[in-house]
Amino acid sequence: MKRLRGLLLRLSGAFRKQRREQDFAAEIESHLQLHIDDNLRAGMAPAEARRRAILTFGGIETTAQAYREQGTVPFLETLMQDLRFAARQLRKNLGFTVTAVLMLALGMCASVAIFAFVDAALIKPLPYPNPSRLVNVTESVPMFPRANLSYYDYLDWKKMNKVFSSMDVYTGMGYTLTTGTGVELVAGTRVSDGFFKTLGVAPILGRDFYAGEDLPSAPKTVIITYSTWQRRFGGRKDAIGQTIVLSGMPHTIIGVLPQSFQFAPRNNAEFWAALNTQNSCEKRRSCHNFNGVGRLKDGVTVQAALADTTAIAQQLERQYPDSNRGQGASVVPLSEVIVGDVRPILLTLLGGAALLLLIACVNVASLLLVRSESRRREIAVRGALGASPGRLMRQFVTEGVLLVAIASGLGITAAFSAMQLLMRLISKDMLARMPYLQGLGLNHRVLAFAACVALLAVLVFSLTPILRLSRSKLRDDLNEGSRGAGGTLWRRVGSNLVVLELAIAVVLLVGADLLGKSFYRLLHVDVGFQPDHLATFQIVVPESSYGKHTEAIALQRRIIAEISSLPGVKSAALSSQLPISGNGNTNWIRIAGRPYDGKHNEVNQRDVSSGYFTTLQAKLLQGRFFTDAEDESKPGVVVINQAFARKYFAGENPVGQHMGDTTLSPKSMVEIIGVVSDIREGTLDDDIWPTEYGPINQSPDTYLNLVARTSQDEESLLPTLTATIHRIDPGLATMGETTMMRNIEDSPAAYMHRSSAWLIGGFAALALLLSVVGLYGVVAYSVSQRTREIGVRMALGAQRAAVYRLILTEAGWLTGWGIASGLLCSIAAATLMRNLLFGTAAWDAATLSAVAAVLAMAALLASFIPARRAASVNPVDALRAE
Amino acid sequence: MGDKADVWQGTLALMVLKTIEALGPLHGYGIARRIEQTSGNLLALNYGTLYPALLKLEQEGAVASEWGVSENNRKAKFYKLTRAGRRQLAREARNWEQTTAILARFLAPTDGPA
Repeated sequence: MKRLRGLLLRLSGAFRKQRREQDFAAEIESHLQLHIDDNLRAGMAPAEARRRAILTFGGIETTAQAYREQGTVPFLETLMQDLRFAARQLRKNLGFTVTAVLMLALGMCASVAIFAFVDAALIKPLPYPNPSRLVNVTESVPMFPRANLSYYDYLDWKKMNKVFSSMDVYTGMGYTLTTGTGVELVAGTRVSDGFFKTLGVAPILGRDFYAGEDLPSAPKTVIITYSTWQRRFGGRKDAIGQTIVLSGMPHTIIGVLPQSFQFAPRNNAEFWAALNTQNSCEKRRSCHNFNGVGRLKDGVTVQAALADTTAIAQQLERQYPDSNRGQGASVVPLSEVIVGDVRPILLTLLGGAALLLLIACVNVASLLLVRSESRRREIAVRGALGASPGRLMRQFVTEGVLLVAIASGLGITAAFSAMQLLMRLISKDMLARMPYLQGLGLNHRVLAFAACVALLAVLVFSLTPILRLSRSKLRDDLNEGSRGAGGTLWRRVGSNLVVLELAIAVVLLVGADLLGKSFYRLLHVDVGFQPDHLATFQIVVPESSYGKHTEAIALQRRIIAEISSLPGVKSAALSSQLPISGNGNTNWIRIAGRPYDGKHNEVNQRDVSSGYFTTLQAKLLQGRFFTDAEDESKPGVVVINQAFARKYFAGENPVGQHMGDTTLSPKSMVEIIGVVSDIREGTLDDDIWPTEYGPINQSPDTYLNLVARTSQDEESLLPTLTATIHRIDPGLATMGETTMMRNIEDSPAAYMHRSSAWLIGGFAALALLLSVVGLYGVVAYSVSQRTREIGVRMALGAQRAAVYRLILTEAGWLTGWGIASGLLCSIAAATLMRNLLFGTAAWDAATLSAVAAVLAMAALLASFIPARRAASVNPVDALRAE
Repeated sequence: MGDKADVWQGTLALMVLKTIEALGPLHGYGIARRIEQTSGNLLALNYGTLYPALLKLEQEGAVASEWGVSENNRKAKFYKLTRAGRRQLAREARNWEQTTAILARFLAPTDGPA
């Protein structure tokens, strides 16, 4: 405590030096005076009295020094001196300081902001205890490495596995919630009883599901999220025990989840119900609609868990060959499922930001190098006056620290704003998919990263001039008018730095161009139909009022008729699933009249109304589309897509062929009546799967997607369309009102491509600017160093053209090397990020040549200005200069 | 000066504190003179060495200083003991007595090997 107080006083002493020195001088003076008085009283002569007093005091200067050192911290003292000097130096060279600080702050801002995203998404994406023990457990089929689990397979896996301390399942569910004003569609999730225990989440109010609460015999219960509790129940404690009606069934609310709860795969779900009822799919072992979450036992690796579940899957395959043939197992870390998609993008962005930071650092280092050349004399003089090399180095380090400190302050502030801005640019839907981004912020990891970057920058910035210092010879530098030789180190190192900069700029430009091209190709990928002027939304039909097929079909016909007759609507159709929403919802088919080995031939299966293809304006390639009259009373028919025809009927005419389920059961048999162009069912960057389209009138559904082709702006018609649906029956709920174009542009694939293309594009633009400025600086400096040489050349008869050639050749070599090495590096970089590219090769010749051309032009411009200055040198002035 | 002892490390602070305690607020010169006199002129003390020690004590909060006027009307800086200084003095004096007592036992004439 006492020590600390002393140290603090000493530290503060460094700032009140002047007053303390004066005070001490006065004290010594008074001391000597008192002693002299005494000596005089003792009878000494005045001169002797003074001499003795000073003698007894013993070395005034030594005492003053000892006193000073006790009064402050000597290291701090010189540090303050250095800082003051550094600040003065930086202020004197304002142009240099501002440029260096801005460049560095820019690099810091980009890298810190991107790192914050990486931190939020990749370092701690799962807000559960022991997240590394959580795995995603599903079945696996060749077309879907991560498929779904069937209910009975789940029960067997859960019973037979030896690797999970617990294993649970969930499945998405759209409920209709009956409210005072009608019905509303709400997102829900059905989970097995131990789901929250497996995650390690406990309700903050009420209770969790008890074991067995997910069985059909148990009463229907539901746990609600915190925001739903606040919004729908006003955050009142008596929400527990209340009964709500979900999809016509009363459910009792038993718990409220914590505010911090998030589960990325189903993050928009408001109601979490126990499985409880078994729908028709869950009564079949062959129907897969669950995702599994497991918690690994201690010491069990993901690989071991995969081996165990695969063994179980193989056993079930032997036991139930009909339903389980080819059904493997997949066990991957849960974090992989949640952030697997964004990882490559974030890492690419981090790489881009790091390159930008590198360019900025190189630029500043090169500036410092130039500056240290011009400070050669100053350093030499200080050395000659007795400054030790260590002391001189400390001066450079101090300057570097000061520079980096200012830049870091600016950079981190800017990074914080950039993070806020980027978060605001992310749409709400995307944010719901990436709840882990809520943890974004300047936390200690991000700040530690910023500190590392700053430290590295300090290292570079202090090493550069020190390198210069250690090589210089004091005597040469002191020599008045020494010239030429000093530039050698700079020419050897400084100019090569520009090659590095240009190479980095090439890499970023190529990356940006490839990503931009991928994005463009993605948006313009052939979707197999006309996506403009299509309005869509979903309709949920209450099973209670339309349970009978005839009622459901009548309703579907009425919906299509009423929507089609609206002004501005050309035609309308219904489908069980919208295009571009994702592959899946598959069927296993077997073609009649062919040998069958029991293999599962998996194809997308869609039920659509008769006007669906004409509404989408998909092309009929063969045969015919089905008619509205082809309902359950008529023979089963199906239209297949091109991919289907290619895969299963290569070189054959598919029209007129028959197919059915794996056993060719009579009620599953359908006739192929037509082939339609490949309508893109999966995401934009997904493969086209074989797809079959059956008449919706032959298997009516309670969940419908409406597609309306409009003659006017499709967006503006949406309210009229939903109003029409509610007029038909207020019990019909609608949701997801949007347009097909927006579906395409806002699809996750497009979103990811767009954001990475824009961000890397931004980095590339900045890199281009910085590297061209760097090149300009190098050439301009070189010209200024060679003014005399140029003067001599011109005096000896060199033409202006020759001077231009001299300077431009030098710049040309640098640019050439930069571009050439950059192109090589960018092919390597593009190969690394080929997973992010779509329809674009890593060595896209057009991109590479365009980038080379752009950079060459920019470089020519940057070197032309100093070359012009060199050529306009007046030889007489130049010879007199220096 | 050959037979005078040097002031060894750590004891100067104790002497200063004891002197101020005995005489009340006192200036640096007064403290130096008093230490010299108390030691019976056996200590060789450069008066100057007193000041860094005083500064250290002040930084540690054992003494406080104030400008004042001396008995013969000279401006001088007076040091006085703070409460923390009193505690420090008591503690260090006790330590010192222990140390000297122990040393005294070592140095006392023994009866030869037992």
